[in-house]
Amino acid sequence: MNPKLVRKLALTVLAWSVAGIMFFPVAWMLVTAFKTEIDAVTPSLVFSPTFENFVVVDQRADYFKFAMNSVVIAFGSTILALALAVPAAYAMAFYPGRFTKDILLWMLSTKMLPAVGVLVPMYLIFRNTGLLDTRTGLIIVHTLVNLPIIVWMCYSFFKDIPNEILEAGRMDGARPREQLFYLLLPLTLPGIGSTALLAIILSWNEAFWSLNLSAANAAPLTAFIASFSSPEGLFWAKLSAASTMAVAPILIFGWLTQRQLVRGLTFGAVK
Amino acid sequence: MATVQLKSVEKAYAGHKVIHGVDLEIRDREFMVFVGPSGCGKSTLLRMIAGLEEITGGDLLIDGTRANDVSPDRRGLAMVFQSYALYPHMTVADNMGFALKLAKVPEAERNAKVAAAAKILKLEDYLDRKPKALSGGQRQRVAIGRAIVRAPKVFLFDEPLSNLDAALRVQMRIELARLHKELDATMIYVTHDQVEAMTLADRIVVLNAGKIEQVGRPLELYERPRNLFVAGFLGSPKMNFVETAVQSADATGVTVGLPGGHSIKIAAKPARVAKGDRVTLGVRAEHLVVDPAGALVGRADVVEHLGGEVLAYVDIGGSMVVAKLPGHDRIVVGDPVSLAIRDGGAILFDAKGEAMPALGA
Repeated sequence: MNPKLVRKLALTVLAWSVAGIMFFPVAWMLVTAFKTEIDAVTPSLVFSPTFENFVVVDQRADYFKFAMNSVVIAFGSTILALALAVPAAYAMAFYPGRFTKDILLWMLSTKMLPAVGVLVPMYLIFRNTGLLDTRTGLIIVHTLVNLPIIVWMCYSFFKDIPNEILEAGRMDGARPREQLFYLLLPLTLPGIGSTALLAIILSWNEAFWSLNLSAANAAPLTAFIASFSSPEGLFWAKLSAASTMAVAPILIFGWLTQRQLVRGLTFGAVK
Repeated sequence: MATVQLKSVEKAYAGHKVIHGVDLEIRDREFMVFVGPSGCGKSTLLRMIAGLEEITGGDLLIDGTRANDVSPDRRGLAMVFQSYALYPHMTVADNMGFALKLAKVPEAERNAKVAAAAKILKLEDYLDRKPKALSGGQRQRVAIGRAIVRAPKVFLFDEPLSNLDAALRVQMRIELARLHKELDATMIYVTHDQVEAMTLADRIVVLNAGKIEQVGRPLELYERPRNLFVAGFLGSPKMNFVETAVQSADATGVTVGLPGGHSIKIAAKPARVAKGDRVTLGVRAEHLVVDPAGALVGRADVVEHLGGEVLAYVDIGGSMVVAKLPGHDRIVVGDPVSLAIRDGGAILFDAKGEAMPALGA
């Protein structure tokens, strides 16, 4: 056989294998969600599917309440983070000061700290300010967690805009706010859009703070999954059903927006 | 009325001076060209006038009013950038009308002004296109249109033709000259191309290392350069420089030695030099003629037949001089050549590089 073809074939097999390995847990979860608890512990693919798990899960916990919390927190924190990050990135990209580079690095370095290291002070702050178990509290904490990445992304998109275009804007009489709304945002919209999508996904999947800072009222879907893992021992089928219900919206959302996501993340890379 | 005055204008970056006290007056409706090698500060100077760079010393007066601290859009100027700097997401019409939109000019008036500018620049058929769908020359015209629409007191051009190919550059140069007549506006134009400077300018400012070397009408600078830098910068081929020494100097002129042993008497005032002083003899290529009795004797080293003229690079006792000869001259490489200098065609520069005044000047 032609060596080029062999190479292509090998690469294809490799790519499908990697994809298969990555997708396997999700597929297993989906399959298990439709099994009975007895079938769930045997690794067999032959079983009679049932919706019983979903019914039980829905009876035991108010899925829509958790889901609404997830939606409100994910969109709320994304909007808040963008509202803070866009002006910050604008200032850093076009009016850099002596410490701009250091500030950017410092912001990123906060992501290197294990979150559990600041859990106790955060918990106390939330308790004393009455933010514990509120959506507002979780919106704030998700905003803070995602802010460094969002500022960095906006900064790099703004950096790609040639300075002369903004100078032309200044000559034409555009003040900073007008430069932002008439020139920068329209030009970086694909990038900002994908940044927003990423922030929504990150917030939806955030578990650590959501679990520790919420209880009955503000708990999002990550807490919904966790609530099925402990009290009466492990019920694999019901846990799988709960997980499926929790990840389905964001998976579908991600799948629908993947083109925009890829376009935005590679925005500016190819001129 | 639109005049621009610079008074001891300086620019320093973190204590490092790049513009050293420039004094200049740009008159109403004048086409002023800043020319100089890259890094001479010509663009910086223009951007300081525009308000895109802060002025760190001295005063900028626009129409007699101090404008140092006036924001760029309030100075009544419009600028055409080297990269065109069009707004990529807007149509040609929106690009040209952006300043008016920001100034809250009513839409009907705005459209009329854009249409008028588009007519001048022959852009009427492209108003709905995005910059991406235009050629380089068309983009350049949109950039100029964006300036025209604002009806500024002064137009600023920052190397506007350097991104165009050679043929288009010549065409746009002619259009710019026509535009200046048509708009009857003050224009300040930065270029490193001495042909653009010579052909477009009412007056030229030659800049070097952040200082003005000379200001004057193009031919004035070409014929009576103040120093070696200006003499060497303007003109193509470059002016010939022969380093030599004074043999005698009196009221009738200065006699200098030539490579190859001959000497020549130049009609220059002897005031600043004495026998033995080092001087530089400057002669333009078109001021050299073939003459069997000529004082510059050597061999043709390289010959370029350009059709209308011949450039002969002649090796004279180790110095290379270039002569521009008539096109029909059938000189070939290796030919012995004797060259004479036309009357008044030579300039002497003293040891500091300053031109010595001619007799009777």
